[in-house]
Parts: sequence; C-alpha cells; structure tokens
Amino acid sequence: MSFSLDDVARLARLARIDIDADAANDVRAKLDAIFALIDALQAIDTAGIEPMAHAQNVTLPLREDIVTEGDERARYQQQAPAVAAGLYLVPRVIE
Amino acid sequence: MTTIGALSAALRARKVSSVELTREALSRVKSAQRTLNAFITIDEQGALDAARAADAALARGDGGALTGIPIAHKDVLMTAGLRTTCASRMLERFVAPYDAHVVARLREAGTVLVGKTNMDEFAMGSSNENSFFGPACNPWNPACVPGGSSGGSAAAVAARLLPGSTGTDTGGSIRQPAALSGVSGLKPTYGVCSRYGLVAFASSLDTPGAFAQDAEGCALLLDAMAGHDDRDSTSLDRPREDYARELRAPSRAKPLAGLRVGLPREYSGEGVAAEVAAAVDAALTQLRALGATTVAVDLPRVKHSVPVYYVIAPAEASSNLSRFDGVRYGHRAERYADLADMYCRTRAEGFGAEVKRRILVGTYVLSHGYYDAYYLKAQQVRRLIAQDFARALAQCDVIVGPTTPTAAFAIGANADDPVQMYLNDIFTIAANLTGMPAMSIPCGFTSDALPIGLQIQGNYFDEARLLNVAHRYQQATDWHLRVPPGFEA
Repeated sequence: MSFSLDDVARLARLARIDIDADAANDVRAKLDAIFALIDALQAIDTAGIEPMAHAQNVTLPLREDIVTEGDERARYQQQAPAVAAGLYLVPRVIE
Repeated sequence: MTTIGALSAALRARKVSSVELTREALSRVKSAQRTLNAFITIDEQGALDAARAADAALARGDGGALTGIPIAHKDVLMTAGLRTTCASRMLERFVAPYDAHVVARLREAGTVLVGKTNMDEFAMGSSNENSFFGPACNPWNPACVPGGSSGGSAAAVAARLLPGSTGTDTGGSIRQPAALSGVSGLKPTYGVCSRYGLVAFASSLDTPGAFAQDAEGCALLLDAMAGHDDRDSTSLDRPREDYARELRAPSRAKPLAGLRVGLPREYSGEGVAAEVAAAVDAALTQLRALGATTVAVDLPRVKHSVPVYYVIAPAEASSNLSRFDGVRYGHRAERYADLADMYCRTRAEGFGAEVKRRILVGTYVLSHGYYDAYYLKAQQVRRLIAQDFARALAQCDVIVGPTTPTAAFAIGANADDPVQMYLNDIFTIAANLTGMPAMSIPCGFTSDALPIGLQIQGNYFDEARLLNVAHRYQQATDWHLRVPPGFEA
C-alpha cells in the first residue's frame, strides 16, 4: 500500500481532521511506513479462522430496562464549549 | 517512600500518620516536577483532606491495607472534580463529572490521591513524549524516556515520590514503562478491572492496572481495584479474590518448586540487546535456584502481534475518539466557517501528531472496501496468536522473557520514526491481544545504569500466581529496591 496526497486528503476528510499542505507529505510518508508494517498480515493464511473480537468468550449481559441515571444535564453541560437554554450550540446547519 | 506493605504496617501501628506521609509525598512530587515532569495535576488540598480522613479511620481502628497510602492516577482515569486531561490539548481543561470505577474503588479503600500523572496523549505511545504537557523523564537518567504510555506513573514510583500508582495497558503501557523505569507493574486479565471512567483508546484491549515498587504492592492495589461493575459490559462477574494470598505463605528454600517456566524461542535472539538478554538469563538462573523448572515453548505467530495491534488499536481508537468534536466537552476551535469546518479545525488543533496518525490509520482500515483485508484479517491473526499462547500454557505455568528489547532510550531518539517506536512493544502486545495477565519486574541494569525488566505472563485469572513468582524472585534479589541517584530516602 502506497498513499498518495489525494488519499491523505480523503482520509483527513473522513476523519474530520484538517491537514494542511505542508504537513500532508510527512503524514503520507509515515502512513506508508506504518502500512509497510501492517501489510505483512496479508501473507498469513487465515482461511477458516474465526475472528477474535474480544479477549473473553462471554455474551454481553442484559439488564432490566429501567431508568438508572438521574438528570445530569446541567452538570455535564458545565464542560461544554457553548450552551444556551440547556442546548448545545453549534454553527448553523440549516439556512 | 518505602513499599506499600511497609507503609501500611507503619500506618496501622500508628508509627506514622497519613498526613505526615502525604506531606512527604507532596513535597517529593513538587520538588521532582522540574526534573521529571511526572505530574500533570497535583491536588494538594484534596490529598491533605483525604489524608486527614484516613487518619481518622485509622484512629477508629477501621483502616484497611491501603488506608492512608498516597497514590496517583494516570491522567486517563476520570477523577470527579479533578482535571482529567489525557495529556491532550483536547481535554486541557476537562474536569471529570464522576470517578472511574477503579478510582472510586481505591478511594473507598482509603488511598490518598495526590495527583494525576503524565502520559502519552490518549495513552498512545511508548515513551511519554506524546504529551501536550511535555515529556516525563526517566529518574535513572532524565535525558531518557521513562517509557509509555503510563510514563509519569512509572517515574513517580521509580523516584520514590509515591509508593504506588495506577496505569492503563493497551499494548504494554504499564509493563514497558515499568521495565524502563525500574518498577513493578501489573496488567491484570482483561475484564478483571472495570473500564468505566477510563477514557477509551482501544476498548477491546484497554486494561487498568497498577505500579508499585514490589509485587506485594501491586497485589494490594489490585485487591482494591478488581471487581465487577455493571457499567462496563465487559467487566467480569467473578468471586472476589485475595491476590496477595500466596505471598503470605512462609518462605521456603525452594518456594517455586513445581513451577514450570516457559521460555519462548521467539523471545530471544535478534533485536534483543545483549545486556537485556544477559539480565533475563540471570533471572532464569535465579528462578531455577528457587525451584522452578524451565521448558522451551513456541509462539510461532507472536511475531505478528505488532501489525495486528496496529490495525486493531487504531481502528478502535478512530471510533472512540470520534466523540471529540468540540460540541459537548473539550477544546473547540475559535474560528470556523461551518459545522464540518468546526469539527476539522477542532480536531486538528486538539489532537497531537501521533493521535492524528492513529485516527487516520484506523479510519483507513475501517473504510469501505478495506474492512475485510485489515480489521477482519487482524482479528483472525489475533485468534491465531491466542491459540499459540493456549498451547504454550498447556506445557508451562508462566511464560518469562524480556519485557522490552532494549533499556530506556534517549528522549527524541525515535521521535520521527513511529514504526521503530511501535517495535518497543513487541513482547508486551500479545498479552493485550489475548487478554491474559502479565507483569514486569526489575531484573538488572545496563552498563549505563538503566533498569531492565523481566516480563512474567500467565493464563487468564492467574494474577495470584504471577504475583507470587515475582514476590519470591524479589525476596531473593534486590533489583526492585535500587533507588535512582538523587531520589534516595
């Protein structure tokens, strides 16, 4: 796998991270090096091997469908960059 | 600062008070800050209040093993009312609204929280150089890294600022800094300690654990930290364990008689520094002298651990870190054109270079058309690695080898070469992929007076055995008692 500057721009867009033109070349070179390491996996025969998503072979527990949390809105919104009337403020998305 | 065990006995015998200990810890922490930068936040008032409460409990005679012991938490564990930054600009001013489960457990056990330790940003790194607050330094040589990502927690214990601390281990982030800084560090079985309130990096690998000077200290911390928590769906519901139980058995001439130590052929040879290999060999001689037998084992697929990890961890990280968007908490860019631009600038400004790199890698391997080739493939190889360990652990009780291929390296040495940095974790990653417990203990020094770590790995839920092997080794050796010059007393 070898990345182009267009690939870097596409990934940056998908990941919602601005990467300016000066940095893009360095990012591209480092991604190439990392994928040279990762691509070694392609040579391994994994036919019929069940993927291992998790360390323990357990099923997720279910709990009663009841309210366990109180109203913490005011407390949590103390951390927010911008709020008004209990709402999080973001730039206008609908004209 | 001596060991947790010794301080615990002194506190309960009322030979020292928690307030005295805490003042001493605070003074050591503050005076070491310029050389080591081991802390991001120091909570003097909170610590003294907790120490007074601990002394009151001890006076009533209802103190436990950890009551009054000053500790610090890695700054990735949420502490109610106290800043939790993850060493990131993104969370520079974030004050957690609640305690992580392990933080709450350690509070309930009476520990005194002195502060939050430095780390690689969002626990991504092996040197503590990826911190928004600047690198932490190795007490044995401040020009060297303490290891990472839990570098500040390891350095604080190594420099005897505190008798114990917490860390988290996703690919070696407790064991590697324990080795490089010369302390004992334990990563328990995945699921034994709750991840609730641990800011997520790679959820299927993240494991809270502990640092102390010795195995006994790690056992006492784990006793408090372990336990079921229904707010973490991967937290296991198991009967309560006394992790120090085997440590209390009287010392015998051959305390490890019957123990089969597995030596993976893959853990020696190329890439392992000669001085590291020699120290591990000497440790094996010591384990045999204590009664253990050694057996060669094979882990043929363990060499794939690093590439598997660098697919799975970034994939999970890219998903977990998508929550940092500048809306509900954390940094928000000052200038932006629209909502999408706000996200992009916020994340460009808030995250450091390594975190961005891993998000990009994770985004790529999870993107349309590449999932099977990367993420699924890595999960299949993860299974093959776990099968290697299951087979090896059928022939032996523990697997022993070097924790890291080399001792601590100079700050800046690998700064521009992420792949070289990743290879530091070549021996530690497998225990995260399998979820098995592992620890690192000091086993010698290089000719440059830098510590060397011995890794002891075991089967699921075998923490008590690992701790006992480490404890018996420490009863026969004094590597763990060596103090970096300038940090004595």
